[in-house]
Amino acid sequence: MHTSPPATVEGEAHENPALLHHFATEEQQKNAASLGMWIFLITEIMFFGGMFCAYLVYRYSYFGDFAAASSSLDLKLGTINTIVLIGSSLTVAMAVRCAQVGKQKAIAVYLLLTIILGVAFLGIKAIEYKQKFDEHHVPGLANFHLEGHVPRHADVPVNQNHAQIYFSLYFAMTGMHALHMIIGIALLGFMIIRARAGAYTTGHVTYVENFGLYWHFVDIIWIYLFPLLYLISRH
Amino acid sequence: MATAVLESGERETYLNREYGIKSWLLTVDHKRIALLYLMGITFFFFIGGFFALLIRLELLTPAGDLVQADTYNKLFTMHGQVMVFFFLIPAVPAVLGNFLIPIMIGAKDLAFPRINLLSWYLYIIGGMLMVYTILAGGVDTGWTFYTPLSTEFLKTNVTTAALAVFVSGFSSILTGLNFIVTIHRMRAPGMTWNRLPLFVWAHYATSIIQVLGTPVVAIAIVLVALERLFHLGIFNPTLGGDPLLFQHLFWFYSHPAVYIMILPGMGIVSEIVCCFSRKRVFGYKAMALALLGIAVVGFLVWAHHMFVAGISLYAALIFSFLSYFVAVPSAIKVFNWTSTMYKGSITYQTPMLYAFGFVGLFTIGGLTGLFLACLGVDVHVTDTYFVVAHFHYIMVGGMVMAYLGGMHFWWPKISGRLYPEGWGRLAALLVFVGFNLTFFPQFILGYMGMPRRYWDYSHSPEFQILNVLSTAGATILAVGYLLPMIYFLWSMRYGKPAPDNPWNAAGLEWTIPSPPTTFNFEEQPVVTWEAYNYDELDQRREEVPVAH
Amino acid sequence: MANNVDALYIFLLVVSALMSVLIFTMVIFFAVRYRKKAGVRAEQIDGSHALEITWSLIPFCVFMVFFVWGAAIYFKERRPPQNSAEVYTVAKQWMWKFEHMEGQREINELHVPVGRDVKMIMTSQDVIHSFYVPAFRIKQDVLPGRYTVAWFHPTKAGTYHLFCAEYCGTMHSGMVGSVVVMEPKDYQAWMGGGGNQPLAVTGEKLFAELGCATCHKTDTQGRGPNLVALFNKPVLLEDGRTVVADENYLRESILQPTAKIVNGFKPVMPTFQGQISDEQLNALVAYVKSLGQQSNAPAHNVAAATPQP
Repeated sequence: MHTSPPATVEGEAHENPALLHHFATEEQQKNAASLGMWIFLITEIMFFGGMFCAYLVYRYSYFGDFAAASSSLDLKLGTINTIVLIGSSLTVAMAVRCAQVGKQKAIAVYLLLTIILGVAFLGIKAIEYKQKFDEHHVPGLANFHLEGHVPRHADVPVNQNHAQIYFSLYFAMTGMHALHMIIGIALLGFMIIRARAGAYTTGHVTYVENFGLYWHFVDIIWIYLFPLLYLISRH
Repeated sequence: MATAVLESGERETYLNREYGIKSWLLTVDHKRIALLYLMGITFFFFIGGFFALLIRLELLTPAGDLVQADTYNKLFTMHGQVMVFFFLIPAVPAVLGNFLIPIMIGAKDLAFPRINLLSWYLYIIGGMLMVYTILAGGVDTGWTFYTPLSTEFLKTNVTTAALAVFVSGFSSILTGLNFIVTIHRMRAPGMTWNRLPLFVWAHYATSIIQVLGTPVVAIAIVLVALERLFHLGIFNPTLGGDPLLFQHLFWFYSHPAVYIMILPGMGIVSEIVCCFSRKRVFGYKAMALALLGIAVVGFLVWAHHMFVAGISLYAALIFSFLSYFVAVPSAIKVFNWTSTMYKGSITYQTPMLYAFGFVGLFTIGGLTGLFLACLGVDVHVTDTYFVVAHFHYIMVGGMVMAYLGGMHFWWPKISGRLYPEGWGRLAALLVFVGFNLTFFPQFILGYMGMPRRYWDYSHSPEFQILNVLSTAGATILAVGYLLPMIYFLWSMRYGKPAPDNPWNAAGLEWTIPSPPTTFNFEEQPVVTWEAYNYDELDQRREEVPVAH
Repeated sequence: MANNVDALYIFLLVVSALMSVLIFTMVIFFAVRYRKKAGVRAEQIDGSHALEITWSLIPFCVFMVFFVWGAAIYFKERRPPQNSAEVYTVAKQWMWKFEHMEGQREINELHVPVGRDVKMIMTSQDVIHSFYVPAFRIKQDVLPGRYTVAWFHPTKAGTYHLFCAEYCGTMHSGMVGSVVVMEPKDYQAWMGGGGNQPLAVTGEKLFAELGCATCHKTDTQGRGPNLVALFNKPVLLEDGRTVVADENYLRESILQPTAKIVNGFKPVMPTFQGQISDEQLNALVAYVKSLGQQSNAPAHNVAAATPQP
């Protein structure tokens, strides 16, 4: 077997502690991490996609009942949450930018803002969930009852079974989304600590960039959830 | 070459670099992780195999006289779940793939070694949940979890079984993600896509399926668990739900899943056939494209499991039509392997015997798939032993034989020892004979009308003779599987030390010592030759005969 | 029809056997003929586009023959002939309940005459089952919440296995029975013994008891659509869609009347979900189907099946 003059990777690692031992260059490491995050997001699309599929199938079949259930959601809170989440995407993008241009102190600030907005989102979500609980809109419980009638037919009451399916999917989808936000917030906390320790200096921003991708993805899922769940047939 | 030497005088390898349980449980070395997986999948293989043995023993007589009906239902359910999720899906990728892919492309490790370790832990956690399910009384939904049976009517450990599958699914997703990034970004200079061993191509195609398909079954299972826990009605007709929706979500993954199971095996067979025919593969491009083609088209055929489930006539027509498409690349591969042998210089070591077995049995299994894709015939044979025989021909006659062939082929590299060739050939023969005796009668049983998942067939004693043949075969098969367990372990202590390249095989893994060092390569290789350069290898060996 | 399936099966078998023999022979032949010999080197062959295309296209064409033939059989299997004798089936863990139009009820055994098409209209009370008669080469899953249909045309008298073919719990393997095919004379004799009330008559009585006639009048336009000669006709819904009034439509209309509102009518029909059993539902459906259909008029005596030659 041929050999070319040895280029030991050990050497480069000593110069650059951020370079992991199995990568030949920093660029390779960065590209790998990026590609990894994109593929992970694709798996998340498939994951949420299954639930979206189930939702769309039932929405087609039970449109009237789904519309009635949808109008029982608090549109104001949902809209505020949408704005909050979009805002948090902005703050995380700012954090990434600061890391890229080396504004060390600002990184932690923007990450903190992102956490605050994320927590705000979850808080509002918790309020909404409590509303649902108080109004007896939690599926599977014996006291479930959705008042009202289907759109355009004042004399047709909502089918309670179909409404329960709506809420099952509502809680499953928003709950899964909230879980992803909680994980994101935990990671943000971790990142603030690292940022203050000066870890994200210019050229070593991969972690922050990839986290940004994740956070934007979670935001985009909400951008789909919001109209699908809240805006059926609103007038 | 400067190789590190330990105090004992031994050459340093990935095995002896560090000792102690922490060095194994916290390792990020892909080779050690592969061995950790090997222990897990071997354990589950024997558990699943034990359940199979009990099933076959029960079916010796028409009456249900060995175990109770509920117990039998648990046996076939858990045989399926353990074998599919904890053996077949991880086995080749997580053991051989993990070990070999970085080396084959000239890298020091996978792209994400820590995620690799996380994958293993997820597999183990899922596995422990499965063991808990078994010990807590088992589950009897069938491995397919059909609703509303699984959501409304069973009192067994459905939720824990679902959780076990869910967690192990993430192991699969992360492994696939790791492989895709590794193959894209970590190839050594000169290792172009066109020079990749087909083993690597096979794992690339497999990883695409793992990454895209597994999340869908994950969500299907989550919804089943939620339905059970909170009395929801997503799949329950009495509450407005649709049981067929579950089937669609389930099979959307579970059909591509069978390609997750077989594609790596096909990769192994390509490596073995080339080595023991001393030839490059016939039609390299076609073989690589066939792998990708199977992966892609495999996503379009799932409802062929539902022809009698109540889908529309037109849906059935479309899925039957598409199912014939996926058979074409598989056929191409069989023809190409056969053509690779043409004008080769063939020897019959154990790996090659397994490869021969694979080609023959996969052919039969694949051909019977054509029967099932055929609507008129499928109506009669679906949900019967015909289907059972079909998928065991592919999974056991195909994938398990490929796995064993691969284990024998790369054992010298992995362990640094040679396995005893005579015993290897005997075991291969026993596996082949035992396998055919077990499963061929089942095709006939299926066409005669014996349904699947039947504990008792005393209303049809005419089924007995074929069942007895099948059980007899299973006992032979069991011996065939036990032998490698025993002699592989034996070889780790008493086997002859293996040279770097005992087979004079092509591929970067054969250019490094057996077993390799932790970082695989002293210097990063620069590849200037095509894959399967057997003419060059044979030329070299003739010029410098090596005394073995 | 079973013969057609067997013919196709044999065709598949022959082609598969030929293919297997071909591959096996070539592999074994190559393994022996090209085994390693001293001084002889392997010949490196890259491949051949021509061969790849050939052995892709030819198998594909053969596959298409399989597909078309199989599809043709399946097409017929999924479309029961008009004027089939109907048997309403309710599957439950772990038994088969059959009700003939003439009113006979059977459990696990189904008697039918030779030479008459039989259409099974099936539903499940609990989980998914599957109606499988190997001798007839038919199988159809039986689902809770809707009807699925299978049909067959018995040609030879005899007793044939009936199996449940979809795993349904503990006694799945005990959910077996038989289809007893009798010569027409014997079948008449079997049917004659027992003053059963025809299914459609049972339905007629229920229709009155449950107050359906209040809104569904036959002579004038009532608050509900006229049901006479409704079965299998297209229905215009108020959202613009048109659906066919098949058994599943009738069933859904009774259990979930607001799911499909007929154009020009108000959604005032109450639901009967939970108030009637599957058997009662079958009777009502059978009755509605019989309205306005001469040949399926509820027979008050033994429904003389016009003997098929």
